[in-house]
Amino acid sequence: MKFTVKTWSSSGGGGRARIGVLQLGNCPTPIETPSLLLSTRKGLPYFISPDLLSSLPYPHSHLLQVCPLHFLDGLSTKTISRVGGLHQMLRLPEYVLAAVPRDSIQCLPEADSSNKAGASFETPCGRCLIKPVEYMEMISSMKPNLWATLADEVPAWVSEKRNRTSVDRTLKWLDACIALSPAEGAVFGAIVGGSSLEERKRCAQEVAKRNVSGYWIGGFGLGESRDERSALLSAATESLPQEKPRLICGLGLPEEVLQGVAAGVDLFDSTYIYHLTLGGFGLTFSLDSMEDNISDLQLSSADTDHTKINLRATVYRKDTRPIIEGCSCYTCQNHSRAYINHLLNVHEMLAQILLEIHNTHHFLGFFKAIREAIKVGKFEEFEHKFVQARRHQLAAAAV
Amino acid sequence: MALTFEVLGRFNRARAARLTLPHYVCQTPLFMPVGTQGTIKGLTTNQLEEIGCQIILGNTYHLALRPTSELIDELGGLHKFMNWPRALLTDSGGFQMVSLLHLADITEKGVTFQSPVNGKPMLLTPEESIQIQNRIGADIIMALDDVVRTTITGPRVEEAMYRTLRWIDRCVAAHKRPHDQNLFGIVQGGLDPTLRDICVKGLVERNLPGYAIGGLSGGEDKDSFWRVVAQCTAALPENKPRYVMGVGYPLDIVVCSALGADMYDCVYPTRTARFGTALIPEGVLKLKHMAMAEDTRPIDPTCACMVCKNYTRAYIHCLVTKDAMGSQLLSYHNLYYMMKLSRDLHSSIIEGRFPDFVCEFLQKMFPKGDVPEWVCNAMEVAGIDISSCCAPFSTAKDEH
Ligand SMILES: [Zn+2]
Ligand SMILES: [Zn+2]
Repeated sequence: MKFTVKTWSSSGGGGRARIGVLQLGNCPTPIETPSLLLSTRKGLPYFISPDLLSSLPYPHSHLLQVCPLHFLDGLSTKTISRVGGLHQMLRLPEYVLAAVPRDSIQCLPEADSSNKAGASFETPCGRCLIKPVEYMEMISSMKPNLWATLADEVPAWVSEKRNRTSVDRTLKWLDACIALSPAEGAVFGAIVGGSSLEERKRCAQEVAKRNVSGYWIGGFGLGESRDERSALLSAATESLPQEKPRLICGLGLPEEVLQGVAAGVDLFDSTYIYHLTLGGFGLTFSLDSMEDNISDLQLSSADTDHTKINLRATVYRKDTRPIIEGCSCYTCQNHSRAYINHLLNVHEMLAQILLEIHNTHHFLGFFKAIREAIKVGKFEEFEHKFVQARRHQLAAAAV
Repeated sequence: MALTFEVLGRFNRARAARLTLPHYVCQTPLFMPVGTQGTIKGLTTNQLEEIGCQIILGNTYHLALRPTSELIDELGGLHKFMNWPRALLTDSGGFQMVSLLHLADITEKGVTFQSPVNGKPMLLTPEESIQIQNRIGADIIMALDDVVRTTITGPRVEEAMYRTLRWIDRCVAAHKRPHDQNLFGIVQGGLDPTLRDICVKGLVERNLPGYAIGGLSGGEDKDSFWRVVAQCTAALPENKPRYVMGVGYPLDIVVCSALGADMYDCVYPTRTARFGTALIPEGVLKLKHMAMAEDTRPIDPTCACMVCKNYTRAYIHCLVTKDAMGSQLLSYHNLYYMMKLSRDLHSSIIEGRFPDFVCEFLQKMFPKGDVPEWVCNAMEVAGIDISSCCAPFSTAKDEH
């Protein structure tokens, strides 16, 4: 794996948002960051089958996040090894697979049951305790391009003592994972620290001393407030060497992603898309927020907050337009809001397939807009305008 | 009449034809996947085209409830609504009511049923069924028939058959789009050859664009099943398509095609996929089975579909019945299998090697030569020598 930082958001320093280029042996085209890792279930997107996956924008749709725990449910590491690892198993040789112990959707850390031997997770096949040795066995069989070390993630509200323990354990497991790591695959050292600035800093500083290729920032999306998040993110990223990539899990909403980018995070997971898709929502927010005229967005209705539309709503029953006019995704090129509304009404799986395609396509576009803004030195402005516009829209929708 | 039917090749009773419908030129024999609510569960229309799907079946009863035929009509018909460029067929809605609703009652007027929306009594008349189907706009529409279970005997079967004949005239009279849509009549008459005969004759007199053989695959024994098919295909006109309703097991399709039938529909391939079962030349493969967890072969090594080219049984095993992707991938494979079967039937008849195809098919499905007796009997009537794939001293009993 090769990672190079190309551009910083503001030339005079201060701004931490950055453009990076990620190169991996198997993916022929370098991928620019900030970028999105598509959420998967057992290695494939939840509803987008591999033939449809290839219709998404290249190369940015080629970053997939995989959760090794998914395979506890039916596939042994021995079988995965025998097939030759996950790339082989999924037949996605040119995709970048990033393994992270939790998926932020169905496999979540269960801090109360974690102990000094290993991390506990709530999964669809029950609660399970994963020790570093077991985790590394999974990694060795799956052969992802990059993987995060095992972490003891805790929610924002735990005691100082529990939080310290989590940092200590995460560091210990980091060393254990590194010691057991296979020759191939880039190691991303896990950084935790809950809602304590000191612990975040301590953990980052310690991880920075280890021989890792990048950093995985955990413990977000677990109850921290929006206001404290930026400082917590910065506490971690400030202590990290700049030339290595940073991956974060648990930040979903566009505003949260912007907070992450502002703090210098390069890679994000996409639980937001999953939740939108299951909820029957299609993303509609404008991708050129720079020019967006807020006064244009006066039309208020209960079915939209102007960033997304609820396709279950009866107003779309006869709406023959695509989710977004001019969107080049498979869904918008082929199907109307009326059809998706019908599919949702009668609980047909095609609704989720079409929504996941559009939402992924659109969210990838959002990341592209972020990168453009950084390149022209206007990320701070982009973030400000975007957040302001959303606030206005949300307020208008609430009236 | 909005179709042409050209027989391109024959082998005894079996035929391969080109069926030209308003939206697509089809090759028969063909299998029609069931897209009850305007979608085949878990597949995009692009994928269905890729698989080689020619006609999709929509259920009038479901579509009339949601999104309603008025809405489909307003938005330009079902083809446009679901963005399906190829052919569509809708059923009459009657069968769905009788099979799904306990309180359906059939009188001379039509099918009375309790609305699943508000519980009020509703009436579906032949006129109304056709009107709804005219609004949906499928290439082929089906007459409303009086359906009785094949296990029922006695005067009710006779009554249903005659009523079906009376209703066909009401359907024809109500049909407003004969130049865009083809109304097929349905042969009823239970397992009684005399009644079937009267019904076929009555329908043929009406000179309809095509004919369906109804009231089968409802639990009757296989010997009765194929005999009804054989009797009807023999009496139906040569130059019109013949559709055996609700038939979908690969073996049944091969037998019915040998007997001269052209079209089939069934939920089986997609439904069984959702339960984790794959269709393969040897029969079925249950991917839930523990042994699959370590099996690194494709579902069917001889299958050229996207799923078999890429995925192991082990991977599919961990997906089926738990994750949406499991049923998506298995439905894709199963429908591919059905389309391949349709193409193989067509080309083997055209190329004059239909008996070889049938023998190979039976050999794979019954490697021990234990071909069910009903299949042997049917093949004898079809004039297809399958002795090479039957065990010489077979004691196999009729069961498949
Ligand atoms: Zn779109
Ligand atoms: Zn296949």
